[in-house]
Amino acid sequence: MATTTLPPGADIALDDHGSGRPPEVSPRPGHVTKLGPQAQKSETGMWVAVSAIGMSFAAFTSAMIVRQDASTDWQRFQLPHVLYLNTLILLASSVTLELSRQRIAAIPDAARHAAVSAKALLASSIYWLYLTAALGLIFVLGQLLAWRNLAAQGLFLATNPSSSFFYLFTALHAVHLLGGMGGLFYVLRKLVRSGGAGETSGLSAFSIYWHFMDLLWVYLLLLLAMRM
Amino acid sequence: MGKLFAVAVTVITLVSVAFFVMHTWWMPVDISTTGPAIDHQLEETMTGSGLLFLGGQLLLGLFVWQSSDKNPARKIKIFPGGANPLVATAIILVGIEILTLTFVGTKAWGAVNLAPAAVDSLHIDVQAEQFAFYFRYAGLDGQFGGLHPDKIDDGSGNYFGLDPANDVAARDDVVVGSLVIPVNRPILLTLHSKDVGHSFYVPELRIQQDFVPGLEIPVHFTATQTGKFEIVCTQLCGLGHYNMKAYLQVMSEGDYDQWLKGQEGQ
Amino acid sequence: MHETSASHAAHQHTAPTSFIRKYVFSLDHKVIGKQYYGLALLSVFIGMVLSWLMRLHLGWPAWPIPMLDKLSAVGAPQGVMTPEYYLSLMTMHGTIMVFFVLTNAPFAAFGNYFLPIQIGAEDMAFPRFNMMSFWTTFVAFLFMMAAFFVSDGPPISGWTAYAPLSAVGGDAGPGLAMGQNLWAISIAIFCIGSLLGALNFIATTLDLRTKGMSLARMPFCSWAWFVTSVIALLAFAVLLPACILLILDRVAGTSFFIPAGLVLSDKLQPHSGGSVLLWQHLFWFFGHPEVYIAILPSIGIVCHILPAFARKPLLGPRATIGCMIAIGFLSYMVWGHHMFVSGMNPFSATLFSVPTLFITIPATILTLLLIGSVYGAKMRFTSASLFCLGFISVFISGGISGFFLAQPSIDIYLHATYFVVAHFHFVMAVASLFGVFAGTYFWFPKMTGRMMNEALGKLHFWLTFIGVYCIFMPMHYLGLAGNVRRYSAFVDDFLIPLIPVHKFITIAALITGAAQFIFLFNLIWSRFKGPIASENPWEATSLEWSTTTPPPFDNFGGKHMVVYNGPNEYGVQSSDGKDYIMQTSPEKAPAS
Repeated sequence: MATTTLPPGADIALDDHGSGRPPEVSPRPGHVTKLGPQAQKSETGMWVAVSAIGMSFAAFTSAMIVRQDASTDWQRFQLPHVLYLNTLILLASSVTLELSRQRIAAIPDAARHAAVSAKALLASSIYWLYLTAALGLIFVLGQLLAWRNLAAQGLFLATNPSSSFFYLFTALHAVHLLGGMGGLFYVLRKLVRSGGAGETSGLSAFSIYWHFMDLLWVYLLLLLAMRM
Repeated sequence: MGKLFAVAVTVITLVSVAFFVMHTWWMPVDISTTGPAIDHQLEETMTGSGLLFLGGQLLLGLFVWQSSDKNPARKIKIFPGGANPLVATAIILVGIEILTLTFVGTKAWGAVNLAPAAVDSLHIDVQAEQFAFYFRYAGLDGQFGGLHPDKIDDGSGNYFGLDPANDVAARDDVVVGSLVIPVNRPILLTLHSKDVGHSFYVPELRIQQDFVPGLEIPVHFTATQTGKFEIVCTQLCGLGHYNMKAYLQVMSEGDYDQWLKGQEGQ
Repeated sequence: MHETSASHAAHQHTAPTSFIRKYVFSLDHKVIGKQYYGLALLSVFIGMVLSWLMRLHLGWPAWPIPMLDKLSAVGAPQGVMTPEYYLSLMTMHGTIMVFFVLTNAPFAAFGNYFLPIQIGAEDMAFPRFNMMSFWTTFVAFLFMMAAFFVSDGPPISGWTAYAPLSAVGGDAGPGLAMGQNLWAISIAIFCIGSLLGALNFIATTLDLRTKGMSLARMPFCSWAWFVTSVIALLAFAVLLPACILLILDRVAGTSFFIPAGLVLSDKLQPHSGGSVLLWQHLFWFFGHPEVYIAILPSIGIVCHILPAFARKPLLGPRATIGCMIAIGFLSYMVWGHHMFVSGMNPFSATLFSVPTLFITIPATILTLLLIGSVYGAKMRFTSASLFCLGFISVFISGGISGFFLAQPSIDIYLHATYFVVAHFHFVMAVASLFGVFAGTYFWFPKMTGRMMNEALGKLHFWLTFIGVYCIFMPMHYLGLAGNVRRYSAFVDDFLIPLIPVHKFITIAALITGAAQFIFLFNLIWSRFKGPIASENPWEATSLEWSTTTPPPFDNFGGKHMVVYNGPNEYGVQSSDGKDYIMQTSPEKAPAS
């Protein structure tokens, strides 16, 4: 049985990606129409991860709904106001992230349009990423403030099912956000080293995660506001 | 080897089916009004599944036997019609069986769990705990006393946590360790648990219902024969789970009235 | 040479040289697959010994079991098992078998090893996550084993760990203190390992297929691993929250699952409310898809292997894949059938019963297609093919009993009896393991470069096939007689007459268990002394047979494989006189 392989040097990037259909030829040579394999699988992996995280928060949500209706001991309380400020901060961090990504995306064209140099764009995007990290950190600190507010009211993890779920949801979200910050520093390091070749830095995959954390928080806030 | 497989599958299948058909080990006699529908459902399912079981295994055996023919000139054959007849058969055959069983089965299920208890049911309160069942009758006043978990004291026999000192209705409640009921009378049990999950199972009644801590669960039935039967726990509840049982005594009306009078007298 | 982005991505890691990097903390999916297999092998023998201990106690409760008091002086004084120790062993048996054997062996072990090769990739999408997923699972295993050695013993609440028995702590009885904590932590860690693994499988299948390997041309077992990984991703994502809530109830004083007013060990428990059924819903929302995680890969493996020995294509390849997807989808809609008598709304019972019965349809289609694939075959009877044929038989047996349990009215009677035990053992323990055995005999040559001993393999098959029917068929009869499960002894009037049947089952279990040592011996002996295997000893079509035996570090020696055919080209006339065409052969099968 002759097994056939492509000759060395054959452009796998133009292959059929396993679809069995003829490969698409890019109309603009050098321009990336499809994601390269590294970024593609990073993005796929991130969407998968985000689905799993979403599913587990869905499970916690249904746990909360069932628990609330199971008995009469649910006590509502006033959500600490700092949560709303935190929300704005997290939303702002998504904006700064996108500002960073715009600058990265402009780098390949920078060589042709000498208005802004590639180096300046890279430096600027890294600045916006650091700002994103800082806003994320401020968010987490803000969450700690919210916890202190609750503790001052005598509401702890086991005090009441409502406070249990409050701590649970906010803590889990914060833990995932901190994990995301770890990812952010990993991306930063790669960006600095690669000099702005955004494809291999994982920035696109990271942004999926970060924006998801944002949306997840907005969802949790609405949930907590309605149910507590 | 193929022929050996075919023979083995055939023997296993026929022996297995034989034990089912002969009812060598089988359900005990049914003593409830809702039982016959369940038994009928089981028989129907047994027949249908039995045929599927026989058919599938024997067909497998037959094809394996045929495929073991070592004649080198033999060519492989594709199943006549390809996959489509088999897919269609599966959908139609199983589909019909599903629809039939669901229709008929819903009635059997509904009679036990959806239909309300008869208005004149004899109401008995049942508590499950590690590792015993206790049964409470309302007594002469026809009222059940309130339950107070903080007042439970097994040592003095206050299993339910009654408060006769302050609760008039609790004073004449009858608490016993056997479920004693009159025959042919609708019974309504209310199940609650003192500690963990338990379950109420009487094979002859074709009744099984979990006790869920935090919930009060109604179970109703009518026994059609007198006798002594076992109530066993079927929800894992701890080390004494295997030994957790009580007796169900179904008596004639007269005997039951006598028994109850004796209990209320105490 | 123009280094394309794909081959750059492919050379994500170079071949390791140190012992630690090669065999311990390896990024190579093949090593990780073997590690999972080894863990599953260790686990299955532990689980099997536990089952022997249980069966011995059930048949002969007063008989002192030699050396058992060494394992636990408290649990088995003078070798006679206490009721709580029986429940501990039973809990650990179920937990170890379901999680560490049936989720690991057919899915993580074989899938890790063969999915990348079968789709023409050099490795999994995320090799570092892959390594992490194995070692996370291993840490979970250590936590689980630790439960055997704490003073209070392993938990006694069953693998299902129903609240409040599992949630209130030591007041509910022995084994429910530290043992249950370790169990819950272990399972939570296991969830993380499984989630990482599932993520890898999905990304790999979607993004790393080589040129020409469309989804339609993927081997059936790759499809099964893909569907299974999607199920696993969503299922374990629900079990992890459940475990977190359970741990919080146990150690942090919360009341998620524990209602108010419970009295345990004469103490009024302090909780203010909580839902017992919440645990059951969360657990079974995971638990039902979990059993399909256990069986689907084995179905895929059998669909992959059988045609190679039948020398004809699998009947209905598209229907087969469609049924796998349908089963995966439906598996999420049926969890309530474990809860018919649980006290949930009786209307829900009908709602759950309908999709449960509907799952029978794709399962029946799969079975009929497998039987139809045997029709007209020129069967080569080897250990691998015998286990495939045996799979069909036991899958029928296990599936049929499910038909009874799917109906709420019948489940009233059969719930929590040995009928249920018979059902899930046939489909999970037997059918799923038969798929693992078939896969082992089939792939051992590719993984090790040597053939397993066929005579021992066939002996193993016959003893096991007859043995499992002797063990599990009688359990149906016991269930029909009302024999309750999870009892450490049979003392009730209506159960005592059934004890002789239990004795028969115990003897069958001991013999069948002993037969597994033939398999173990064969594995180890053949690894070192078996005859050298050729590249494609079974004349099979898929990509793993297009590379060396065993495969090189990057699976294909630097070559970029191109795929021209599907995996099902058996029984076709090829230009060089063979009766099959490999997936990588440019030759197209003549249209039939």
